[in-house]
Amino acid sequence: MTGQAMTNGQAIRTQGLTKRYGELWAVNAVDLEVRTGEVYGFLGANGSGKTTTLRMLLGLVLPTAGEAEVLGMPMPAARQKVLPRVGSLVESPGAYPHLSGAANLAILDATGSDRSPRQLRRTRISTTLEQVGLNAADRRPVRAYSQGMRQRLGLAAALMRRPPLLILDEPSNGLDPQGIQEMRRLLQQLNHEGTTIFLSSHLLAEIEQMCTHVGVLHSGRLMLQERLDTLLRPTGMAAVRTPDTQRCVALLGGSVVRVDGDRLLVRAAEPARLNSYLVGQGLRVDEIGPYRRTLEQVVLDAETRA
Amino acid sequence: MITVELIKMLRRPRTWLIIGMLIALPTLVAVLLAITDLGPRPGTGPPFLSAVLSDGTLFPLAALGVVLPLLLPIAVAVLGGDAIAGESQMGTLRYLLVRPVGRTQLLLAKLVTVVAFVLLAVLAVAAVSYVEGRLLLGRAPATGTVSLSGSTLTQQELTWRTALALGYMIICMLGVAAVALFFSTLTRSSIGAALGTVGMLIASTVLLGLDAANALHPFLPTRHWLAFVDLFRDPILWRDVTRGLIVQLGYLTVFTLAAWANFSTKDIDD
Repeated sequence: MTGQAMTNGQAIRTQGLTKRYGELWAVNAVDLEVRTGEVYGFLGANGSGKTTTLRMLLGLVLPTAGEAEVLGMPMPAARQKVLPRVGSLVESPGAYPHLSGAANLAILDATGSDRSPRQLRRTRISTTLEQVGLNAADRRPVRAYSQGMRQRLGLAAALMRRPPLLILDEPSNGLDPQGIQEMRRLLQQLNHEGTTIFLSSHLLAEIEQMCTHVGVLHSGRLMLQERLDTLLRPTGMAAVRTPDTQRCVALLGGSVVRVDGDRLLVRAAEPARLNSYLVGQGLRVDEIGPYRRTLEQVVLDAETRA
Repeated sequence: MITVELIKMLRRPRTWLIIGMLIALPTLVAVLLAITDLGPRPGTGPPFLSAVLSDGTLFPLAALGVVLPLLLPIAVAVLGGDAIAGESQMGTLRYLLVRPVGRTQLLLAKLVTVVAFVLLAVLAVAAVSYVEGRLLLGRAPATGTVSLSGSTLTQQELTWRTALALGYMIICMLGVAAVALFFSTLTRSSIGAALGTVGMLIASTVLLGLDAANALHPFLPTRHWLAFVDLFRDPILWRDVTRGLIVQLGYLTVFTLAAWANFSTKDIDD
């Protein structure tokens, strides 16, 4: 978390946000809470309602019920005030295929209610393109771009006006591993400078490396919303790997939670003490350490609870 | 927003391709007429075509009469049908709306752009065919152009009547544009929206040929399109032109409102 995160402004808040398509509850009574300065990872399988939620936050889809506030103002009612301060990437990036990347950004930047002076716009476009790793002098039309380049262009469109809040849907889509890393660095840097980031993904590793907070959406319901370090803190259990499984179980009895081959899960507040106890009893210990759940387990647990 | 849309329209190669096609047909007609000297018999074929053989200054009107019944409406249907559906197809609609561009504002800018296109197309056709008429076809009689009623029109009279006729055609095309825009808000497919509009115009033309549909005739969109011919009678026959204007403004109002009602409450979830 950055220093900025200590200011407790609300970046996004929803109450009972719901979207129904006929019989299908795409988003069902979701209460999101994202505070200024957070990097909030919005997790969920494809079709879990992530994108619909994002679209409601941006005023593209109108909710069936519930309320949404973005930057402290109601959406979609205050969209003319809110949206100029939000940068967004919604699903696949869209661009006019016959124009260059810079020309696309210029068109986008020339629209909207908050027009800036021409000179500022021009420099802003080239710096943003460089920032996302595109060549500002590239005159090729977007139709010649690779998917990764399109994704970068979409990100550039979101960043162009230096918004205090970024809402990004699957930002690493179509990027190669190096591109993903570059994007992560860029977003982290922006977050350090004070930008709040709300991003959706189904890639757990990406969320785990970047986010301070996590929300898990499953079949339109928010199953979990928590700080990442709280979710992944030690569980009061130790993971032990030993060839002497039988003896170990006999010795520890009820405090063994699970046995899986040569791995044991043992209830123990201090793994170091458990280690010296086991070794003192003449057991061979290959590995021992505090047991933490992975984000994957956290998500699976949350989803199976449903 | 309107400026941006206009620039977008002008920067699309498609716009110029369509205008090129609109110019090509009357050019072909002019060349054929000049070579064969075979005009349609008076009273048949597109308006003014028989007159241009003797008077080339009327060729711009003849050219527009050639283009108006089919080519120009199809071009308008393509552009209008593409207005919203095309943005949706390219994935740019959502980025415009989160800019934010107001939905009503976007719709209005699209309509204005289509009008600007019609203006551009009509003027391009008129200008090119004026030159062609002068070079390839008959010279105007020294006394002035002969009106359809047989009397003589001065150059000045001819000019303002031509301007009126151009304005009338633009309003006719505005009706088509509104229908296309409405279809464009209904679907993600710009071809679908364009075809829907063309389909409606074809239906209208078919019904016009059907006596059993007499009661519907006054309300059909294509009914009064060629009424601009009446502007070149002496005195001007206003009846059909006025009716045409009322019908077209009706289509414009109804379909623009329908497009607005549909688009402003629509979920953008493509």
